Amino acid sequence: MSGVRLLVGTKKGAFVMTSDGTRDDWSIEGPLFTGWEMYHLKGSPADPNRLYASQSTGWHGQVVQRSDDGGKTWEPVGNEFAYDGVPGTHQWYDGTQHPWEFARVWHLEPSLEDPDTVYAGVEDAALFRSTDGGQSWHELSGLRGHKSGENWQPGAGGLCLHTILINPDNPERIVVAISAAGAFRTDDGGETWQPINKGLRSRELPDEEREVGHCVHRIAMNPSRPETLFMQKHWHVMRSDDAGDSWQKVSGNLPSDFGFPISVHPHEPETVYVVPIESDSEHIPPEGKLRVYRSRTGGNEWEALTNGLPQENCYVNILRDAMDVDDLDPGGVYFGTTGGQVYASADGGDSWTAIVHDLPSVLSVEAQTLS
Amino acid sequence: MPQHLRTLAGVDGEVTLDVNGSPTQRTVLDALEASYPTLRGTIRDHGTAKRRDFIRFFACGRDITLESPDDPLPEEVASGAEVFRIVGAMAGG
Repeated sequence: MSGVRLLVGTKKGAFVMTSDGTRDDWSIEGPLFTGWEMYHLKGSPADPNRLYASQSTGWHGQVVQRSDDGGKTWEPVGNEFAYDGVPGTHQWYDGTQHPWEFARVWHLEPSLEDPDTVYAGVEDAALFRSTDGGQSWHELSGLRGHKSGENWQPGAGGLCLHTILINPDNPERIVVAISAAGAFRTDDGGETWQPINKGLRSRELPDEEREVGHCVHRIAMNPSRPETLFMQKHWHVMRSDDAGDSWQKVSGNLPSDFGFPISVHPHEPETVYVVPIESDSEHIPPEGKLRVYRSRTGGNEWEALTNGLPQENCYVNILRDAMDVDDLDPGGVYFGTTGGQVYASADGGDSWTAIVHDLPSVLSVEAQTLS
Repeated sequence: MPQHLRTLAGVDGEVTLDVNGSPTQRTVLDALEASYPTLRGTIRDHGTAKRRDFIRFFACGRDITLESPDDPLPEEVASGAEVFRIVGAMAGG
């Protein structure tokens, strides 16, 4: 019997939610790691019982937890994220150079093939990899060492590497995204990187052709078509059909093209989900209505999905890592809010129910499809 | 230790440590991290061994956080009569 396991990270602990393939009834385990900020949890595609979790507080810094039994038990693994060589500096808010300083792990991306290999996207922006199940971490410093690195400047949320997409057809090709530097791609397994920001337009930047400095909030892809990428940028929803070499705006009729998460339907590579947010200065849903927008045409034409979502007096936000899809048929879509709700749709977004209403602020949601 | 660190280390309440030589903040923390490796990086920075901002150290009713990490701890701590307290500072939120 198939099922779904949701790994939900919140500001005060983690929750594991499970359901059978109907996705009607959910059991909720947690909070795990109570009181800690759980930025992200993710399972290995090669072994669904192997989970990794990023755990941190301002008091005690970073811890990484690993489970080998689907989240029933956990053990702390390595938490030393040392930048390679002399760390150097990047641009600070006031235009001066600032030393690279590790703050936390934003995103963990297990290898598609090896449960012991996992990537970590961290703040200040860098990509680390472990090949021993999280016990030790080594920086792929070619990214931070790109000649543009000293010009990267943090956004309001920090200089965070939040998106890691491994190409299933060619695992040597990895796309990452950094706020507020932009998107980057390696084609040689992480040795060398190139910015992939052509076509992005950021009105905060006077130079429209600028190579870096774009505030990418999230990138998503359907594994069956890894050259097609969808991006929720600070403003604008974008798509690329050449693995990021060029981007086109596909915001179309969205009520606002500001937002954080973006996801692609598991079986329909032209079906995309975003959650429009009023603006970068307000961070609330337009008109107090929580609406997921779906495009079945790869962008430009969007429809509001509202059935089961609050359509008045709703002022929550949905953070960049807090939406995901399962792999069942029909496809499931899930997202968590800063108000502590986790919503689920078992019909591709046509209707929604709240699995839970009153969690701490949700930082991340990952869906595992279990066979 | 603060609750979060006790949970990480898998201990209840106080822990007893054997310290080589004269006990100091540094040698006590070295011994603690050697006995409980999961605490590495949660009290002091991995690379610099600098105290994390919201960690304080108390002994014999005194806040000794800002004393040199290589100063000898009070004799009462060295003898085991008093505890060396690792405290999570009150820090908002």
